[in-house]
Amino acid sequence: MTQDYNFAYLDEQTKRMIRRAILKGLAVPGYQVPFASREMPMPYGWGTGGVQVSAATLTPEDTFKVIDQGSDDTTNAVSIRKFFEKTAGVAVTEETEKASVIQTRHRIPEAALREDQILVYQVPIPEPLRFLEPRETETRKMHSLQEYGLMHVKLYEDISQHGAIATAYAYPVRVSDRYVMDPSPIPKFDNPKLEMAAIQLFGAGREQRIYAVPPYTKVVSLDFEDYPFEPTKADHACDLCGAEDSYLDEVILDDAGNRMFVCSDTDYCRSRREAGHVGRLGEEAA
Amino acid sequence: MTPLLQVRGIEKRYGARIGCADVEFDLYPGEVMGIVGESGSGKSTLLNCLAGHLKPDAGQVIFDTRADGPVDTVTMSEPARRMLGRTDWAFVHQHARDGLRMNVSAGGNIGERLMAVGARHYGDIRARAVDWLDRVEIAENRVDDRPSAFSGGMQQRLQIARNLVTEPRLVFMDEPTGGLDVSVQARLLDLLRGLVRQMGLSALIVTHDLAVVRLLADRLMVMKDGHVVESGLTDQVLDDPQHAYTQLLVSSVLQV
Ligand SMILES: Nc1ncnc2c1ncn2[C@@H]1O[C@H](COP(=O)(O)OP(=O)(O)OP(=O)(O)O)[C@@H](O)[C@H]1O
Ligand SMILES: [Mg+2]
Repeated sequence: MTQDYNFAYLDEQTKRMIRRAILKGLAVPGYQVPFASREMPMPYGWGTGGVQVSAATLTPEDTFKVIDQGSDDTTNAVSIRKFFEKTAGVAVTEETEKASVIQTRHRIPEAALREDQILVYQVPIPEPLRFLEPRETETRKMHSLQEYGLMHVKLYEDISQHGAIATAYAYPVRVSDRYVMDPSPIPKFDNPKLEMAAIQLFGAGREQRIYAVPPYTKVVSLDFEDYPFEPTKADHACDLCGAEDSYLDEVILDDAGNRMFVCSDTDYCRSRREAGHVGRLGEEAA
Repeated sequence: MTPLLQVRGIEKRYGARIGCADVEFDLYPGEVMGIVGESGSGKSTLLNCLAGHLKPDAGQVIFDTRADGPVDTVTMSEPARRMLGRTDWAFVHQHARDGLRMNVSAGGNIGERLMAVGARHYGDIRARAVDWLDRVEIAENRVDDRPSAFSGGMQQRLQIARNLVTEPRLVFMDEPTGGLDVSVQARLLDLLRGLVRQMGLSALIVTHDLAVVRLLADRLMVMKDGHVVESGLTDQVLDDPQHAYTQLLVSSVLQV
């Protein structure tokens, strides 16, 4: 292959700088490590933070997968996958099983990840306290002194307005009994999976922050004693593969209001159908 | 009896200008001290130094902590000082918006200090918020409204509720009735007086308004150019002022 780029686009010095931030993040789980975010050939909001973390993480032997809201074939996922195919020449896959590095936006794959896998999240807003306290000097102090009462004020507001904790995405967690962390806008259904065997790395490009959750780290979703955390999903089975344990997207089928529920994790759904599972509308759709 | 607060040689400069200097006094449990003086005399500077919002250039602010007895709060660790700021101390700002979260409901505003010290039962937090709304004469059905929907007087009462919910032992107030209509001021003063008595609060109240100190303060300090020029029992100072400046202050007010 003729290579117009350094491996994985970024120069070696930049990757070293990012790796130092990643290692620091792993050493202090949930702590937001500042890093000098670089211009990437894609706009902010397209996962430049995740892309930089992936670039510093990938080796030539890796197999790379990208999902956007669980799907491998959205424009965003395809363009990031192509980017590393071209700049790093790594193998790519859509199968969660076969990937060694998975970059994700807004989902954790359904299949349990292994110790030899790395999950890289794209993060828009890394600061979980930002909603109620816009001053960065103040939020940094709150983290360092573990003054996290404000997070519960946010949940209190939720319950008082909606009768339940309505926060459905980016549901705040406490990592290793220390830092409160925004898990990026994954559905709260995914929160229990944050305690996993794989390494989890979070990259926020515009905000220039990297943070991490090492394997088997305690991750607790914040809640109240009388309003305990509940990892909710649509109360249906997947109409294609029949799965009852996966996070579902609702798809409008026609103007008459017909709809279907399908696994948001397209690889999970495909592998189940290949194994012979069939949902309510499975045969038609297959 | 150990004083709740012992202030020793407090000084704060802004460059060459004196904010306040040589301030010394003791405050005993249950006592309310008024701090009066003209604009620019150093009242807010002093109060902010005492409450840990400003770092004084010299002096000690010794607070009788529950756990360790008298400790100099100027030199204590920042986490410890901030912890005091949301437990045993309270600060009521002149402008309610400086002391409230305007984008959070009244209940959330009151509940914040409870949650900050570990309350994790929504029903309990809400019940205490409602109870405190009642104590500051705000209708229970406003508990989910944001302070931006409240009148100035209500905002100030909400700020007071938010501060007192953790039953602090020392309350700092900077012009708590400033900027309010006279009738609204009177109601607020009444309320404050009731709460101070019921809860046995110790307080430091900065004000321009001698009527406020007459009503609330057991003792009084008069400040001018950053220095305390006279202090004593409120009635004594107001009825028989010794310092020429206090005499002027008292007479000018009486003429109004
Ligand atoms: N941030 C600051 N920088 C510089 N000088 C300041 C600052 N804050 C206050 N000062 C000065 O310190 C002196 C005391 O001010 P302070 O605000 O404490 O007075 P005050 O008695 O509270 O007045 P007021 O009644 O108007 O609130 C004044 O000369 C003031 O100009
Ligand atoms: Mg002032």
